[in-house]
Amino acid sequence: MKFAVIVFPGSNCDRDMYHAIKGILGKEADLVWYQNSNLEDYDAILLPGGFSYGDYLRTGAVAATSEVMTQVKEHAEKGKPVLGVCNGFQVLTESGLLPGALMKNKQLSFLCRQENIVVENNKTMFTTGYEKGEIVEFPIAHGEGNYFCNEETLAELKANNQIVFTYQRNPNGSVADIAGITNKLGNVLGMMPHPERAVEALLGSDDGVRLFESLINNWRQAYVTNA
Amino acid sequence: MKQVTVYITLKAGVLDPQGKAIGESLHSLGFEEVKEAKVGKVIELTIEDGPNLEARVTKMCDKLLANPVMEDYRFEIEEAVQS
Amino acid sequence: MLQTREWSPEQIEEKKIYQEMGLSDEEYETVKKILKRHPNFTETGIFSVMWSEHCSYKTSKPLLKKFPTKAPNVLQGPGEGAGVIDIGDNQAVVFKVESHNHPSAVEPYQGAATGVGGILRDIFSMGARPIAVMNSLRFGNLTSERTKYLFREVVNGIAGYGNCVGVPTVGGEVQFDDSYEENPLVNAMGIGLINHNDIQKGLAKGIGNTILYAGPATGRDGIHGATFASDDLGEDTDKKRPSVQVGDPFMEKLIIEACLEVIHSDALVGMQDMGAAGLTSSASEMASKAGTGLEMDLDLVPQRELNMTAYEMMLSESQERMLLCVKQGREQEIIDVFEKYGLNAVPVGKVVEEKVFRIKHHGEVVADIPVDSLADDAPVYHMRSKEAEYFNAFQKMESKVPEVQHHGDMLKKLLQQPTIASKEWVYDQYDYMVQTNTVVTPGSDAAVLRIKGYDKALAVTTDCNSRYIYLDPETGGKIAVAEAARNIVCSGAKPLGLTDGLNFGNPQNPEIFWQMEKSVAGMSSACQVLETPVISGNVSLYNQSKGKSIFPTPIVGMVGLHESLEHITPSFFQRAGDVVYVIGETKAEFGGSELQNVTQGKYEGKAPVIDLDVEAKRQKELLTAIQSGLVQSAHDVAEGGLAVALAESVFSDKGLGTTVELAGDATVALFSESQSRFVVSVSKENAKKFEDMVQDAKAIGTVTDNGMLKVLVNSSEVINDSVQELEKVWKGAIPCLLKSKA
Repeated sequence: MKFAVIVFPGSNCDRDMYHAIKGILGKEADLVWYQNSNLEDYDAILLPGGFSYGDYLRTGAVAATSEVMTQVKEHAEKGKPVLGVCNGFQVLTESGLLPGALMKNKQLSFLCRQENIVVENNKTMFTTGYEKGEIVEFPIAHGEGNYFCNEETLAELKANNQIVFTYQRNPNGSVADIAGITNKLGNVLGMMPHPERAVEALLGSDDGVRLFESLINNWRQAYVTNA
Repeated sequence: MKQVTVYITLKAGVLDPQGKAIGESLHSLGFEEVKEAKVGKVIELTIEDGPNLEARVTKMCDKLLANPVMEDYRFEIEEAVQS
Repeated sequence: MLQTREWSPEQIEEKKIYQEMGLSDEEYETVKKILKRHPNFTETGIFSVMWSEHCSYKTSKPLLKKFPTKAPNVLQGPGEGAGVIDIGDNQAVVFKVESHNHPSAVEPYQGAATGVGGILRDIFSMGARPIAVMNSLRFGNLTSERTKYLFREVVNGIAGYGNCVGVPTVGGEVQFDDSYEENPLVNAMGIGLINHNDIQKGLAKGIGNTILYAGPATGRDGIHGATFASDDLGEDTDKKRPSVQVGDPFMEKLIIEACLEVIHSDALVGMQDMGAAGLTSSASEMASKAGTGLEMDLDLVPQRELNMTAYEMMLSESQERMLLCVKQGREQEIIDVFEKYGLNAVPVGKVVEEKVFRIKHHGEVVADIPVDSLADDAPVYHMRSKEAEYFNAFQKMESKVPEVQHHGDMLKKLLQQPTIASKEWVYDQYDYMVQTNTVVTPGSDAAVLRIKGYDKALAVTTDCNSRYIYLDPETGGKIAVAEAARNIVCSGAKPLGLTDGLNFGNPQNPEIFWQMEKSVAGMSSACQVLETPVISGNVSLYNQSKGKSIFPTPIVGMVGLHESLEHITPSFFQRAGDVVYVIGETKAEFGGSELQNVTQGKYEGKAPVIDLDVEAKRQKELLTAIQSGLVQSAHDVAEGGLAVALAESVFSDKGLGTTVELAGDATVALFSESQSRFVVSVSKENAKKFEDMVQDAKAIGTVTDNGMLKVLVNSSEVINDSVQELEKVWKGAIPCLLKSKA
């Protein structure tokens, strides 16, 4: 299984994501510069955290208009996995791959700390390695992670089990304590907490390993065993 | 040349913590009369004049400048002042 | 903005315009002698910034020479962008501290943000990837609205820049004292990691090679920032606002990636950032250091504003700009890398044999200066020094033990003092985890960063108790270095070396210069004994306003090496049943203590005594014990004394407590700030081995699981408080002060 970590100007968790996949999980991965890229050969696309384009205008807004996102959309339409973390989540909502928007934290300041995250849906290709209702520790580090959507969208998210992760103690004002959601199909996951920062016990938590392992195992079952 | 000023504000009903903080600060300074403060953005564009300017600016707003999930926008078009 | 008014060479002399730019009469005469004519406006500006304290160290140079700067593992000492120390495996650590005090007093957000940006450029201009930022902040007491505003905005600025650029802010220190009311201090320390063969120098070598300007266009930002940084903050500070620079961390991130890519090209000869005094200092220093000259055409410099003069371009401090020396004919290879990141990189000049600094603008030569004169002929002043009168009086004072009614209440009070209170409010706003190397996060004695792929880590700390230095600069200087080393050792690392951020008042005042002289002497002797060379540093003078100086504040930024990840040691207790030790004896020492501050509202008397040989011995023994795997946790005893150190040792999510028994006067035992002490926890089975190894360790109690901090003195209970309660007041103090209305 081959991963592409998309690097936008201003991405800064790209190398961390790469380290998690390649260094810790031992899978093939490339850092893919956003220009002149070809994503066809990749099985999964990872949109890392950071401040793409300085988060100027709105977080993720400028990156969302880049050509590479057209390829990401095509990839997603094929049912292949896309994971956006932090700024990657913001890029996914701005580009319309996921519903809603991410706004300034309710206390207006950047917030960095370990957070308890509840696994709400363990049926997605990203979360089969967790128990439903399990509480895991992922770090958060964001100034604009306050998830917002209107009531209609929220009802839809709930009805389709698209809410994958919630905060045990809401740190930023997110609607319905939302920390991560998928699209309807379940192959595009956007989340504010950083699973790639939780892959080594030395650094405080390795709860994120199972997210990537779930993805790898489910991909193997879907594409390798069936082939 | 035209000078286009785009005003972007949060949609009604969207929590505006910055506006709230500003309102509270004004109150603490004694400006009790302030009922509400809202924070938005102003973007100034200098644009070459051409056909369908208004439609083009609307497109710019929809595609990039504003996020329709949470923001409203309006704009004014004026003659650009040569500097 | 208006263009700078330009005077003729004759008018500059007649109207003494050079004085406004910061040159003295004597210095102006020297310039005339060097040039053998009157300097024109641009040249006068160039000399004034290059001969400012910030660039020339003209008053501090004689003192800085006293620092030990050499050791077998020092690959680069003071003189380049940052110092470099070998850490084995062909790797090295690069670090430096820099102040941004004056800009932060005027516009705290941008001042602090550009301070972070500047120190990062010092690191990556050496070819190193920045892996962490620390900072050392000083403010007045958190009672006035202005101080709260400065504090909030400085933290915001550091967060805004550091978080965006993707370098973790892993810790630092914040202290609050009246003396910083008008003059807050904002010192940032950058740390980078490099392979030996990637080390770059800021050299313009090779006649005919091209000088490349990289980064955003030049505007009129921060003109005369370098001389601004060396002036008093007077009442008219507000009027100087336009000269404050604005930072763009997004741009910096792109520049970092581009620069770290071009260092792998052999077309690159040298690289330096445009820091204080912008294009002037970077270009002239690159030539001067290489023994060459440099010709530059300002018409080629990218410009953000219309009608900029040569003076403005040479002195602009627009941020995020770099100057590169590139092999002739191979410019395009380098330009292509910058273009990949959407950045400008343009040839603006060339290296020449004649040792000259020649600047052209609109086809005319606007500056023609012997290049070495800017660096080498800068005046050096041996200022008059006079022992401060207050010092004499303090030395004669009898030491007395402050009266404390209830020791438990006093502990709570001390825990709420902003200097001691938890800084969680600060560091929660910093992304201290990005790059995924941070093993020990902010709030411990030292931050610890692992090095991916190796069984080793780096420990980093910044320290300076300026109260002791004020009372007794020499002793205080020793303590500052010793405390930093103590923090490194507690984390399980061996101290490697340090960078200093010397912040003082006006050196023309002999008593202030005496403070500088003595504290540098104290620091130097501690560096000798503790074997920690000074590899880089920064000097910030004239930190005074309305005749009031800051406390002398020479900040120590120290880096240590964990030779194995196994050695990384937490600062708080780990397990119930472990034995609690104190290393070092406690005497009645309250001069400059937090208890003195709380009970008397001022600092007086003698600073705590320090014996550097004892300090070195204890640090060595403790480190050996840690490396032998005998130690569960280690924490140094600092502000607030043993009681505060014990409280900090039980603050964690483990629900632990401790019961200890002390002897002697309760106030002394609990709150004295005697030096060279540590609180250490050791498992029962290792107790005997630990005691054999660390001679001055004394068992005082055990770690409990009852969540209570209990202290008995001479067998009677003086403190018995819930750890949860204590932690709550300790964590709540700063948010509470920020919310309260003055």
